[in-house]
Amino acid sequence: MRLFTHNMLSSNIKGVANGFPLRIEVDQVVEKQVDFNPDFLQNMFPKLEWKALVDAARTMGYTELPEEADSSMLESEDFLRKLHHALLELHLEEGDLVCPETGRKFPVNKGIPNMLLHEDEV
Amino acid sequence: MKLKQLESMLGQLQQFSNPKVELEQYPTGPHIASRMLYTAENSFGDVSNKIVADFGCGCGTLGAAASLMGAEQVIGIDIDSESLEIASLNAEDLELDINFIQCDIRNLVWRGPIVDTAVMNPPFGNSNKRCRHGFSFSSTKDCFSISLFITQDLNKRGKVASFDSSRL
Repeated sequence: MRLFTHNMLSSNIKGVANGFPLRIEVDQVVEKQVDFNPDFLQNMFPKLEWKALVDAARTMGYTELPEEADSSMLESEDFLRKLHHALLELHLEEGDLVCPETGRKFPVNKGIPNMLLHEDEV
Repeated sequence: MKLKQLESMLGQLQQFSNPKVELEQYPTGPHIASRMLYTAENSFGDVSNKIVADFGCGCGTLGAAASLMGAEQVIGIDIDSESLEIASLNAEDLELDINFIQCDIRNLVWRGPIVDTAVMNPPFGNSNKRCRHGFSFSSTKDCFSISLFITQDLNKRGKVASFDSSRL
C-alpha cells in the first residue's frame, strides 16, 4: 500500500466521525522505484492532506518531508523528488492501519489493506 | 496504444478459476474491456494522466486496461481476497503498478474527492439481488449496459453516464 492510498482512506466503521488519518503500524516496508512525473505531483499536491502524509512517511522511516508545505515549493525539483518518493515509492507491505477513533486494526497483507468490516461495524 | 495491442495484452490476463456466483463474478473479456477503456480515453479523455478507480475489480481487467491506456494511478477495489490475489498477479505480469484495496464497495470511505474516473463491470443483480444495491450507482434501467463511468467527485457531484456495449 502506497501512502497515496493511505492519504485517501478513512476508517469506515459505522458511527466513526473522524476516521482520518488511519495510524500506521509497520511490520515491513518495501521500496519500489517508479517513474518520476512532476506534472502528476503538482496536480496531486492540492488534494493531499500534508500532515497525514508527513506523519505516515515518518512512521515508515522516511523523514525528509518538511513539516509544512505550500504550493510555492512545487517549483523545487528536490521537493518534488521527496514527495514522489514518499507518496509513490514507499509501500507498507505488511502491517496494520489503525482507526484513530476506535483503535480497530485493519490488516495490510502483501501490500493490500483489508478494510472489510465485521457485521456489527456496518 | 492501439486498440488491437490493448486487446491482445488484456487477453493474457488470468481470469477467475472458480467464479463465486453469489458475488456475480464473471470475467470481463479483453474485447469489451479494451473497447471500453480505449473509448474512455480517446473520446472522453478520461484515462491518461488521471486517477482511475476500478470498483469491484475482480481479476483486474479494467484497471489493467486503464493503466495500459496511461492512467497515472489505478486503484482496484474488491471484496474478495482471491480475486485481488489474481488481480495483483495480473498487474505484475504486465508490469503495471496498481493499488489494491480489499473492501465492500458499500462501506468504502474516502476522505474526499481524489479519484477522477471510475470504471466498473459491476454485479447487476442477476443472480443476487443484494448485489444490485451494493452498486447503487449501477442501478440503471439498462441492465445490459456494460459499464458506467463516474467522473468528478464520486461521493457528491458524481456524474453518471451509462455506456451501452451495443454502440461500440
